[in-house]
Amino acid sequence: MVDPAAKFSIRAFHVHYGQFSALRDLNLEILANEIFTIIGPANSGKTTFLHSLNRLIDLVPASRCRGEISLDGINIRHGLEIESLRRKVGIVFALPLPLPISIFENVVYGLRMQGIRDPRLLNEAVERSLRESYLWEEVKDRLRTPAMNLSGGQQQRLCMARILAGQPDVLLFDEPTSGLDPISTARIEETLLILKKKYTIILVTNNVAQAARVGDRTAFFLMGDMIEVSDTGKMFTTPADQRTSDYITGKFG
Amino acid sequence: MNPRLAQKIAFAVLLLATLLVVLPVLVILLIIVGKGASAISWDFLFSMPRDGMTAGGIFPAILGTLYLVIGAIIFAVPLGVLAAVYLVEYSSDNWLSRLVKLSIVNLAGVPSVVYGLFGLGIFVTFFGFGASILSGSLTLGIMILPVIITSSREALESVPRHFRTVSLSLGASRWQTIRHSVLPHALPGILTGMILGLGRAAGETAPILFTVAAFYLPRLPQSVFDQTMALPYHLYVISTQVPGIAENVRYGTALVLLSLVLLLNLAAILIRSRFRRKKKW
Repeated sequence: MVDPAAKFSIRAFHVHYGQFSALRDLNLEILANEIFTIIGPANSGKTTFLHSLNRLIDLVPASRCRGEISLDGINIRHGLEIESLRRKVGIVFALPLPLPISIFENVVYGLRMQGIRDPRLLNEAVERSLRESYLWEEVKDRLRTPAMNLSGGQQQRLCMARILAGQPDVLLFDEPTSGLDPISTARIEETLLILKKKYTIILVTNNVAQAARVGDRTAFFLMGDMIEVSDTGKMFTTPADQRTSDYITGKFG
Repeated sequence: MNPRLAQKIAFAVLLLATLLVVLPVLVILLIIVGKGASAISWDFLFSMPRDGMTAGGIFPAILGTLYLVIGAIIFAVPLGVLAAVYLVEYSSDNWLSRLVKLSIVNLAGVPSVVYGLFGLGIFVTFFGFGASILSGSLTLGIMILPVIITSSREALESVPRHFRTVSLSLGASRWQTIRHSVLPHALPGILTGMILGLGRAAGETAPILFTVAAFYLPRLPQSVFDQTMALPYHLYVISTQVPGIAENVRYGTALVLLSLVLLLNLAAILIRSRFRRKKKW
């Protein structure tokens, strides 16, 4: 039964790293324009799941995936070229990882790789995506300076702009604020709430409170199993599973 | 023992070892400059040898060495860098890639005279290039391949893994990732390998002995199929084979060879520092 509003639908999905089973029998629908948050302790398969969605998991030589993931009804393994999948499904990593080139070149990197050369198009994309990630005002006068000179929070917003430039459908965030101070974190969270009007957002976070603040729906992962998924409000008030409740209230983690 | 004293002794021994390393270099330089400087003149550098090398200059040998080094670099650098890119970025860890890596390590340990013999067999005789600049360059190129491949591999491996992940995650293909996010950052390291290879190619005598070097050839080579004189071989000849060569001419030749290598290295180092200034992470 496939929900027509589903952006991603994941059916009986498993991931193994060699002998180690990282993700087991995952069945999940992610809806368009929601912020879907994933919480859970370390090594519970959250990042593995994110990396499965844009096939970054293929970079791990020992990884094997079973089951099916489709994006807008199209199987991401057979129906789509890997480059266009990754353009549609952008990812922001836990650490801000700008490339050691200028701010401008970081933002247009994906576009250049598509072969777009027209300076007018590139300039427009830079301004649009930097505005969308609320970085434009801070960097508009120094677009040609090295991205490495920005602060951590600015770098992370640059990484957001970098994927927004390619006009993706889905934004994946892998603990995007784990290395940031509270003020930068708040700015990123505000940005997420605005971005969800245009994009589908999947946010993995170590910070349970963050999931409660920004999430529409939340899933709890533990040791490769999805224990529970429900509306964020419901999960944080009346979790169905004892383990979820223990994790949320900080009994382990 | 008192730890403070132990530290002092250790420090003294380490310093001594370092000084001992520098000493031979300094002495060699002093002797060569001291005994050879008086031979250096415009005429010595830029004229042909005369009278069976007892008079005149060493211009053909200087030019010959330049040609050989440039030729070796032209063959070895593209080949070596491409092989290194394949080994680091594409090959999976299987018996074939392990065999290739092992062969490269072993290639580095082969004595240079064996390369000379190999060049004679393959390029001079089998391919019929004769004793020529082409044969000599190819032989020297093969000799410096392991240096180029090894340093290029290290340079590529030292580019942070996340550059590749980020580039791929932005929808770049694997080749685009290598081309735009890996190679530019590995360039300084690759150039270091080139510098090392360059110095070795300029100084080796054995590989050119059978493949290109002429004993006495007082004219400039006209094509890559010509023989040429070369500085290391010339030095060997005038030091051991021809009696009655003035001492300052022998040391002068050595001085020219040293300076040439130094000059080539300097050029490469300048290019490298230009690339390094751009690199920042």
